[in-house]
Amino acid sequence: MIEIIVNGEPRQFGEGITAAELVEELDLAGKRLAMEVNEELLPRSEFPGYRLSPGDQVEIVVAIGGG
Amino acid sequence: MHPDTFTIAGREYGSRLLVGTGKYKDLDETGEAIRASGAEIVTVAIRRSNIGQDPSEPNLLDVVPPSEYTILPNTAGCFTAKDAVRTCRLARELLDGHSLVKLEVLGDEKTLYPDITATLEAAEQLVADDFQVMVYTNDDPIVARRLEEIGCVSVMPLAAPIGSGLGIQNKYNILSIIENANVPVLVDAGVGTASDAAIAMELGCDGVLMNSAIAGARNPVLMASAMRKAIEAGREAYLAGRIPRKRYASTSSPLDGTFF
Repeated sequence: MIEIIVNGEPRQFGEGITAAELVEELDLAGKRLAMEVNEELLPRSEFPGYRLSPGDQVEIVVAIGGG
Repeated sequence: MHPDTFTIAGREYGSRLLVGTGKYKDLDETGEAIRASGAEIVTVAIRRSNIGQDPSEPNLLDVVPPSEYTILPNTAGCFTAKDAVRTCRLARELLDGHSLVKLEVLGDEKTLYPDITATLEAAEQLVADDFQVMVYTNDDPIVARRLEEIGCVSVMPLAAPIGSGLGIQNKYNILSIIENANVPVLVDAGVGTASDAAIAMELGCDGVLMNSAIAGARNPVLMASAMRKAIEAGREAYLAGRIPRKRYASTSSPLDGTFF
């Protein structure tokens, strides 16, 4: 298992997990979202091939109400 | 009369009222108020996804679908140029490459006044990265001009602090900004009630962006409708051209032909 920080919280995932698998595991598949890894945007098209490393800081964001 | 539309980033809009989606009781009220406002451009915030929530829970973009509205993601809550640029990049990805954004970089929490140096820095980076930037700024005509020179597609001075409802505090500065500008000028923030919106439009603003004045009203849907009318009334009054102000009276009925 490796530890990845998702939206500020440390979580355990299987080694070699891809960004696409992470989205699946978090029950977010199919949702309109965007992801940053270590403060860099990760385009959705790269999710399937992008393997996360231990300690990666992942931010997953959505659109919410705001002015 | 040809339709009185205005253009932002190459796209034409009929409604000059832009609305936010924050502070509503629930998504139903959000949707109903936005429909009543007639707005075509709707702002949203970008925030962390709630992990572990019911995936079937309704989403804001179900209520304001990007197929029907121009979604304008904002950088609200950003206090640095870096965070604002990160937010815009995430928003563009979220919205499938849609590059229109509302840039705001705040200076402090008490006033929510824009940090102008950080705003200029972020605007430069975003324009260089092919974003179409509508920028929240203070009511300084020189700063507004600088932001236009950088390449922002719209300059949006505040009328008063965000959420304050104080109305337009510096009409003459807003007027100077309008006179100097070659891009649409929208009043963003500070509107409290319908007359404030009408005043902005009578000054010659191209539009008004508001959130709290509608969402915070006792009846948000009714206020949304009032704002729609105020924007239209103010715009028509501006186009019609007001009479000059005079110190003394001038009769409405002729003085000739009196029989007394």
